[in-house]
Amino acid sequence: MDSTITTGAEEENVWGGGNRPLGASYGKLMMWFFIVSDALTFSGFLASYGFSRFKFIETWPIADQVFTHVPFIHGNFPMYYVAFMTFILIMSSVTMVLAVDAGHKMMKNKAILYMFLTIIGGAIFVGSQAWEWATFIKGDYGALETKGGRILQFVKADTGERAALADFAKEIPSERVTLERNDALWYSSESSLPSYTVNEVAEGFLADPNILIRTETITAEGEKTLLTREESLTKIKDAKLVVEGANLIRNEYGSRLFADFFFFITGFHGFHVFSGVVINIIIFFNIILGTYERRGHYEMVEKVGLYWHFVDLVWVFVFTFFYLV
Amino acid sequence: MSHEHKLAIFRGTVKFKSNTQKIWGVLIFLSIVTTIEVALGIIKPQVLVANTFIGMKILNWIFIILTLVKAYYIAWDFMHLRDEKSSLRRAIVWTPIFLVSYLIFILLFEADYIYNVFKDGFIQWNF
Repeated sequence: MDSTITTGAEEENVWGGGNRPLGASYGKLMMWFFIVSDALTFSGFLASYGFSRFKFIETWPIADQVFTHVPFIHGNFPMYYVAFMTFILIMSSVTMVLAVDAGHKMMKNKAILYMFLTIIGGAIFVGSQAWEWATFIKGDYGALETKGGRILQFVKADTGERAALADFAKEIPSERVTLERNDALWYSSESSLPSYTVNEVAEGFLADPNILIRTETITAEGEKTLLTREESLTKIKDAKLVVEGANLIRNEYGSRLFADFFFFITGFHGFHVFSGVVINIIIFFNIILGTYERRGHYEMVEKVGLYWHFVDLVWVFVFTFFYLV
Repeated sequence: MSHEHKLAIFRGTVKFKSNTQKIWGVLIFLSIVTTIEVALGIIKPQVLVANTFIGMKILNWIFIILTLVKAYYIAWDFMHLRDEKSSLRRAIVWTPIFLVSYLIFILLFEADYIYNVFKDGFIQWNF
């Protein structure tokens, strides 16, 4: 079974060492050890995501109403960009297998080319993820938080589209400014204030009969509950805070845990991709320098390839459980 | 150095002439599966959303099964588990499957219990 790259040591001797009952080299086995344990770590994250989601199954945000942006284009495109990112990662996985295959056949130049393409794919993916984070943190419509910590979003009654706070909030001149450290005691400051106060949003809401409130609760049809104008008028009195975008404490999309898991799981995966790119670059230069040519085999490319495919494998699961289900 | 790649996928239905060809074949298959997933995610056919199977929407079952199919082909052909000894393959695959199934079972049951406590208990949280 020398279907994959062998590193020598062909003679078998039961007690003399050098046995390879699994037909794989030491390095490859260790890479598999790492991958299995890392897979269990990611499973732990995704399972705890499932835990929190099942706990709040009726109020969890709907992913394709959150991730609707595509760079440079305005409009509502649920999932398109994440699908593109998935495709990029699968594509870079393919170039990685081709690099392993070229290394297998001792074709140095082909291996260099395919490694280069793999690195480019990984870089595009990490960049896309950074953009996705930035968009998520910035937010787009803004929302109110009630005293119970629930999120109230706004919808235009005539079109059914989401209404941004800027569309209807009233400008009320106020003296409230961000508390800077030099204005008060040296240890008390605050993060930047939202663009509107609760009062401005509430006044604007009362003045515009076209605006309705949407709560977190999911109806039997799988949509968020839309309140009537009368219900909305009572509900707005519960509002305590304006929320724009997302941070680790609260987010405008709904359940607080949603943003926490988004940052944690995609962040941990993104860190894997980033380190994968760094390792790929190291291997890329080693191929150029001819290290593996002199060593007589390209097993290092194969081992790094295993790691890179694993990163792709994890993304397939993150994609399903975070964006699709 | 011998190169014995197993070149047939789909239980021998599709055979490839070289390893490179097999890689491209698997890529095409994975792309098709991803496209189906995204299309279903955008359209959300009413039949698949309205009906459930063991407490979960049919659509979500389809997503999970398609994901496992994708994972299988990534592991088998990209990570060339297909070419490894079956003992190594089993050690790698069944260990996580066993542990993760247990974890998912226990966490989701517990979460469902907490959901019911929140729903029927005396704590009000959704206000």
